[in-house]
Amino acid sequence: MALLSASGLVKTFGGVTAVDSADLEVAMGSITGLIGPNGAGKTTLFNLLSNFIPSDRGQVMFNGQSIERLQPHEIARLGMVRTFQVARTLSRLSVLENLLLATQQQTGEKFWQVWLQPGKIAAEEQQSRDRAMEILESIGLAHKAHDYAGGLSGGQRKLLEIGRALMTRPKLILLDEPAAGVNPTLINQICEYITYWNQQGLSFLIIEHNMDVIMSLCDRVWVLAEGKNLAVGTPQEIQTNAQVLEAYLGN
Amino acid sequence: MLNYLFSFDPGILNYVAFLLTSMAIYGLMGLGLNLQWGFTGLINFGIAGFVAVGAYVTVILSLTQVPIVLAMLAGGFVAALFGLLMGFATLRLREDYLAIVTIGASELVRLIFNNEELYDGRPGSMGINGFPLPLESFRPTTFTRVGMVAIVTVIFGLALWKLWQWANRRLKSAAQKQKVAITAVAVLAGLLGLRAYVVTAISLSNFRANQAGNGLLFVALIVTAIAFWVVERLIRSPWGRVLKAIREDEEIAKALGKNVFAYKLQSLMIGGFLTGIGGALYAWQQSNVYPDNFRSNLTFNVWILMVLGGAGTNPGVLLGAVIFWVYTALTRDLNQILPLPTVQIDAFRMVFIGLLLIALMVWRPQGILGNRDELTLGK
Ligand SMILES: Nc1ncnc2c1ncn2[C@@H]1O[C@H](COP(=O)(O)OP(=O)(O)OP(=O)(O)O)[C@@H](O)[C@H]1O
Ligand SMILES: [Mg+2]
Repeated sequence: MALLSASGLVKTFGGVTAVDSADLEVAMGSITGLIGPNGAGKTTLFNLLSNFIPSDRGQVMFNGQSIERLQPHEIARLGMVRTFQVARTLSRLSVLENLLLATQQQTGEKFWQVWLQPGKIAAEEQQSRDRAMEILESIGLAHKAHDYAGGLSGGQRKLLEIGRALMTRPKLILLDEPAAGVNPTLINQICEYITYWNQQGLSFLIIEHNMDVIMSLCDRVWVLAEGKNLAVGTPQEIQTNAQVLEAYLGN
Repeated sequence: MLNYLFSFDPGILNYVAFLLTSMAIYGLMGLGLNLQWGFTGLINFGIAGFVAVGAYVTVILSLTQVPIVLAMLAGGFVAALFGLLMGFATLRLREDYLAIVTIGASELVRLIFNNEELYDGRPGSMGINGFPLPLESFRPTTFTRVGMVAIVTVIFGLALWKLWQWANRRLKSAAQKQKVAITAVAVLAGLLGLRAYVVTAISLSNFRANQAGNGLLFVALIVTAIAFWVVERLIRSPWGRVLKAIREDEEIAKALGKNVFAYKLQSLMIGGFLTGIGGALYAWQQSNVYPDNFRSNLTFNVWILMVLGGAGTNPGVLLGAVIFWVYTALTRDLNQILPLPTVQIDAFRMVFIGLLLIALMVWRPQGILGNRDELTLGK
């Protein structure tokens, strides 16, 4: 069953058609890859799926619900969380606070509840903190918990983004190049987390240029070139697909 | 000048009480702006408009027999709605629109109050006077006098205790050379606080000697203390965390399911509410309202004190208000020293505060109580 399915998505910027009637499907419980040459429209497709940029045309279904008209935050609340190609951090908040922010349905996020239910809020904060520390532990950032997130290295920021996404308890995480600019040991670690969380029932859609990552993780891979679907299949099928090879090497 | 520190002459005491009231009022406006800019990153260049709305609504309602406290709250609410209106119009657009619209709207408010007829048919430019002032007909007994002094004792006590905590915390992590400076600053601030407390206590004990001034001093101290406690609590809550996240990078907040638009509106409204209440106090202090009292230099002054003390820290903003008024008091008598006409003295005071700000930006861009580390973080 498809957790996420998009069909006929189109987006033009001025004269450039970045995404040209593209389809995509992520099966429930899968790790799905999205690859394509630079400028193929992968990041734009993420922006369309999460509605950070509204599409010109096309439908997106998530978990049996049409979402192309929902606000980005509403989509996140349904359980589909995106990360950014260039990792974003809340610099002047601590690493821990970066994660605490991500917890969903916090009573204390309504300002009037700060006065009405302080006890409940404190209890929720404690739970949220415990879980955040667990996640930080697992991504190896626990010793940085109380440092400003702005002081993290590029690779650590990528991990923090993933940690933040996990904190929301999503059904699907969209990762935009999680391995880019990350050293090989850390890449292996990231792959292990992804596999681990996938076994816990979480689905992933991953944009990645690092083919080792794609080959080792993905159940299914979608290939995009010049905004159009070029191919879809298992990693092995894609690896040997002549059109794909040409798109990458040709020209 | 030393008079302000040591004299017990009634005239001097009244003036110091006036300064304390002004500090509280500007501090309150600063807390409102700080919520919007310091914590949410929203640029509000229309403080004067919020203050005007709060002032006019309070004054006009209280003239129509509405109890003064309700009138003040209504002033705050209408100022909050003023914020809502501007937020609604601009927050979905690029962020600089809010800045532009707040400037325009606040001028607009002033012009409307200037050109419209008042409720009694007189032209707006003639202003309003003779409206009720808080506690103006209050006749304190020994018992209520003690009660008032007890309340301000608690307020100043908490402030001094906070100062003590701050100094201790800073001393623990400071280098030897800094320790002297920190101790000196803390002792100085403590002594000034003590003087402020003594003046307040004396003024309230002789309540009838300066009825309107002392009433307002008492009210302003209480209102600002409550506002401080409220915003401190709010920004330490998960709600405040979302505001800070929006200030840092609103795309992240969106990606994590936060309704950024709604939070920005809330920040504008709550900040606007505080500024509007500040407007009520401002009107009471002047005991008249003229459209000219709400020019953009008011906006400018509130920004200055916030930046001075450190945007993003509430104690810093209050400190900024204190420094701003100490500066104003010290330079007030400048014409006795410098043989210059008043106009030039006023210009000189502005130039000097400009230089002060430039110096601050060079050596302490985070403001006096701001956190330097935060500024050097790579984005
Ligand atoms: N906001 C925008 N405005 C104008 N053009 C854009 C915008 N975003 C993307 N584009 C263009 O759309 C095309 C697709 O860009 P996109 O970032 O989606 O590619 P990508 O597949 O993610 O590439 P990469 O692998 O390099 O990250 C590019 O030609 C890009 O220049
Ligand atoms: Mg990209």
